[in-house]
Amino acid sequence: MPTEILIDAVSRAFGTHTVLDDVTLTVHPGELLALLGPSGSGKTTLLRLIAGLDQPDAGRITIGQEDNTARKPKERGVGFVFQHYALFRHMTVFENIAFSLRIRKARQAEVQARVLELLSLIQLESLAGRYPAQLSGGQRQRVALARALASQPRVLLLDEPFGALDAVVRRDLRRWLRQLHEAQKITTIFVTHDQEEAFDLADRVVIMNGGKICQEGAPLEIYKNPETVFVHEFLGESNRIDCHVINGTAHANAGFPLGAADAPDGPAVAYIRPHHIVPAPSPRGPWSVTRIAATGAHARISLTRGPTTLDAAMTADALLDSALRPGQPVSLLFTGGTIFAPDGTHPAKLTALRPVLTET
Amino acid sequence: MARIILIAIALAFMTIFLVFPLISVFAEALAAGVGAYFTAITDPNVANAIWLTIIIAAIAVPANLIFGICASWCIARFDFVGRNLLITLIDLPFSISPVIAGLLEVLLFGLNGLLGGWLSDHNIQIIFALPGMILATTFVTFPFVAREVIPLAQEQGNDEEEAAVTLGANGLQIFWRISLPKIRWGLFYGVLLCNARAMGEFGAVSVVSGKVFGETDTLSLAVESLYESYEIQAAFAVASLLAMLALVTLVLKAALEWWHRDELTAVRRKKTA
Repeated sequence: MPTEILIDAVSRAFGTHTVLDDVTLTVHPGELLALLGPSGSGKTTLLRLIAGLDQPDAGRITIGQEDNTARKPKERGVGFVFQHYALFRHMTVFENIAFSLRIRKARQAEVQARVLELLSLIQLESLAGRYPAQLSGGQRQRVALARALASQPRVLLLDEPFGALDAVVRRDLRRWLRQLHEAQKITTIFVTHDQEEAFDLADRVVIMNGGKICQEGAPLEIYKNPETVFVHEFLGESNRIDCHVINGTAHANAGFPLGAADAPDGPAVAYIRPHHIVPAPSPRGPWSVTRIAATGAHARISLTRGPTTLDAAMTADALLDSALRPGQPVSLLFTGGTIFAPDGTHPAKLTALRPVLTET
Repeated sequence: MARIILIAIALAFMTIFLVFPLISVFAEALAAGVGAYFTAITDPNVANAIWLTIIIAAIAVPANLIFGICASWCIARFDFVGRNLLITLIDLPFSISPVIAGLLEVLLFGLNGLLGGWLSDHNIQIIFALPGMILATTFVTFPFVAREVIPLAQEQGNDEEEAAVTLGANGLQIFWRISLPKIRWGLFYGVLLCNARAMGEFGAVSVVSGKVFGETDTLSLAVESLYESYEIQAAFAVASLLAMLALVTLVLKAALEWWHRDELTAVRRKKTA
């Protein structure tokens, strides 16, 4: 039966610097949860508090219905994978994985069986006698994972698990970790600053900033409905357009309509992702293409209209079909976006921007 | 070409300053034959000096070993007030002349020293006796282990200890299974250097020992005593013992490096990576 984790009003400060500010979060049994945020957002601190490597100043941490706030790390049943793996450099791969079993004074036969089982799980049977320094980054990562799993933890915590790896290894390991999670269903929390990684791997994503949780939910849900400007900006590129709402329509301050918005009349800020801006060649179009950069599967189109500049994006195939060229006059269609209240006012999000079928 | 010249310079330098003196020590020691050599080193006064040297090293080296481990442990793991002061103080014996160190001790423990009155009232003799020589040697060899181990412990950080905590280890288990093995090469070099210096120490010990041949003379002091009383061959015979100690130290170091070469290359590779 997988374990549930409850984080109840937890705060932590280092000196005068508040790192976690009244954080409350439920991690469902068997869930693969991502803590996503920029560096300094408190996500690693939260992970260390759950592991018992650090103590909260206030609040409670419950693991599997038991209050664990004051428990020592070894009584919590958590496995922790450190950002730089922290493998024991003077021990072989085998002894690294066997460490927690030896600490528990497990019988030699039992240690042997469990370590071999884990070595086959991480597909490194042939490297049992190597030292950590003789392994590649991806191999070290897997050894660290096997070591954390050896004593069958109730909860698996991973701090930036793929941070130090190159792109291909990262993708493979991600897939492998997902499969492992499907097979074992251990409640797992991982910390990352990489939005793509969080969305690719996690069942649910928790976005943190400045020691607080900004938003939590399924990846697609968060992406479609960011509740704050911070979340919107953090989840990828965006065009920010100062605007005002009049009679249910948002108009850019620079003088062009953006789309329908169910918000009260007044000033607002529109955030529109590049792929929600569709340029179409038009002889009298008010926009002009300044640059086209194809980056592989996608292309970026820079556009200007007077002092306003916007970035649009489309697939490389769509770009080829569109016959867009630099210098060409175009008109735009905004197919989506989010309207936020002016900076610093609450609630932050006003409404989604709905397209109107007039090109601007 | 430049490479050959540089190698030649290095070899010439080594030969003049290390190999020749070493050969001449043994040549002089054996100048009057093997029999005279053994007579010289089995002389009761020399035997006493050997014994004294071993006792001093056997106390000073473990003391500095324990201190080195404690210092590296707390400097690498904790940030406390006075941390930098401690790091600086550890270097003090390197920057003070050993003779000054010995004199300081005389000023402190000597008959007219700060604590001298109290000590003589209680019939405790430190200066011109074994305790003073041990103290002086410990002071002079104080940085050897700590200096080897502290940078190593600092560079390695605290990650592995934290990992061990999450894997269920308690403080003692972490110390014996992680922290100590992690720094064991640094410790080993430190102990070798510390031991060589403790057995060869001259300046500080000569000030506090009173240099009574056969009573408070260590090996290096015995060399001087014999030399000054014109027993040149005996002086060189005793000196050859110290030279052999240096050779044994080197061989031991090389042998241990060879036995653990797999692990050592692994650790080094990680360092450079």
